[in-house]
Amino acid sequence: MNKKKMLGIPYYFWAAMFIVIPLGMVFYYGLTDKTGAFTLENITAIASPEHSKALFLALLLSFIATIICLLLAYPLAMILCGMNVNQHSFIVLLFILPMWMNFLLRTLAWQTLLEKTGVINSVLTFLKLPTLNIINTPYAIILGMVYNFLPFMVLPIYNSLSKIDGNVINAAKDLGANNVQVFTKITLPLTVPGIISGITMVFIPALTTFVISKLLGGSKVLLIGNVVEEEFTQASNWHLGSGLSIVLMIFIIINMVLSAIFDKDGEGSVL
Amino acid sequence: MITNAAKKFYVFLIFIFLYAPIGTLIVLSFNASKTRAKWGGFTIKWYLKLFENEAILQALFNTMLIALIASVVATIIGTIACIAIMNLKKRTRTLIIGITNIPMLNADIVTGISLMLLFISLGFKFGLGTILLSHITFCIPYVILSVMPRMKQLNPNTYEAALDLGAGPVYGFFKVVFPELLPGILSGFLMAFTMSLDDFIITHFTKGAGVDTLSTKIYTEVKKGIKPEMYALSTLIFLTVLILLLLVNRNPGDKKSEVKR
Repeated sequence: MNKKKMLGIPYYFWAAMFIVIPLGMVFYYGLTDKTGAFTLENITAIASPEHSKALFLALLLSFIATIICLLLAYPLAMILCGMNVNQHSFIVLLFILPMWMNFLLRTLAWQTLLEKTGVINSVLTFLKLPTLNIINTPYAIILGMVYNFLPFMVLPIYNSLSKIDGNVINAAKDLGANNVQVFTKITLPLTVPGIISGITMVFIPALTTFVISKLLGGSKVLLIGNVVEEEFTQASNWHLGSGLSIVLMIFIIINMVLSAIFDKDGEGSVL
Repeated sequence: MITNAAKKFYVFLIFIFLYAPIGTLIVLSFNASKTRAKWGGFTIKWYLKLFENEAILQALFNTMLIALIASVVATIIGTIACIAIMNLKKRTRTLIIGITNIPMLNADIVTGISLMLLFISLGFKFGLGTILLSHITFCIPYVILSVMPRMKQLNPNTYEAALDLGAGPVYGFFKVVFPELLPGILSGFLMAFTMSLDDFIITHFTKGAGVDTLSTKIYTEVKKGIKPEMYALSTLIFLTVLILLLLVNRNPGDKKSEVKR
């Protein structure tokens, strides 16, 4: 038994060195100033108009994107589940496959699609429909978020749907439940872990993105992720950048706690 | 019947949404005009030029090398860690799994800057080494998460039976436990490889000057305009993976349907 426990030592060392200590450093930098003295200034900096606007916009856009993902993904997962595809892995592959084409290039391709004279507008003009001018606006960023993170919503919901025992649904129907009741009383409650896991997987990356806003929002829209990134790569104010990251982590922790409450056994995990 | 058609149409629309940008990139790779704004006729010159562009080929080599080493190392460390984690007491196990989940649940930007701060304070030279360490770090959780469920299903008696019958611990592991874990290990490896390949944010913060992966190279090219060779390269990568996946997926599917008949 002891030998087996020893096997974990390389990993524990790795996790301490590259997960725990680095996070500690973010907190150290975030809570000190350039002289190394303790300060809360880097955290309260979030209240400045420029930063709070970026945070509020990021929260708003990622919230909308998460809701859209959920609304698109749930019916999709139900349909895929009902299609009786005998190969579970095939569905997963269809959603993972786009990841093999670089994430930046895929997002950039939306520029070509959305531009004033782009593909979508050409089609709309041809059909004599009003054109869509959303490139370099927050709407394009929401579209980019939905596009990039939709698979992370579909997969956990699909997983928890496919685990539902068909007999439970049949029993409910035998006992006189109609389709709506089956959905609200059986299907929906049983897929809560998947939904929560999907929300976490979409909301966190959407909230903290700086790439999607940079590529699809032009340079006009600044999200909190862009602010943090610029503090590190351009302004080199690591203390301020770390302080703002701590603020971001508060939202991440809230999300983690929520998913821990609703998804105790990790049932809704992507894998 | 109508609802059935509606369902299929909905799935079709979602797949259009997911694959439209990929289709766009493939079309752009054959576009003779250098800007992506207009169509200048069909050409394959970017595919030929790709093989003369040493900067892109170097970035491709770096990306592949990092993804391969990171996913192999992460698979080994992660699988071994799984064995140890299963034998822990419940409270310690929860703690370790909680820490393991951090890189997955935390925002990439925070993971990236935290590692950057670590490497700076340790005085590491930024380059392939620091990218590799970071990628291994965020790959391990994917391996652990896909091996762990298999580990839980494992019947401990079979391993002990092997030991009773005279197998050494290592021999017993590879003959009895390993084959059972293999599907989990493989999917963990594949997941880690894909994540490493597609990563931009963490690489962005942990790379040094002069070292580029495909993602960071594309990011620096965004302002100047993406070189069409890049579209050609990503088309080639995508088609290769698609063909490989179709081949891998076809064989077991055929067997299954035969058995059913």
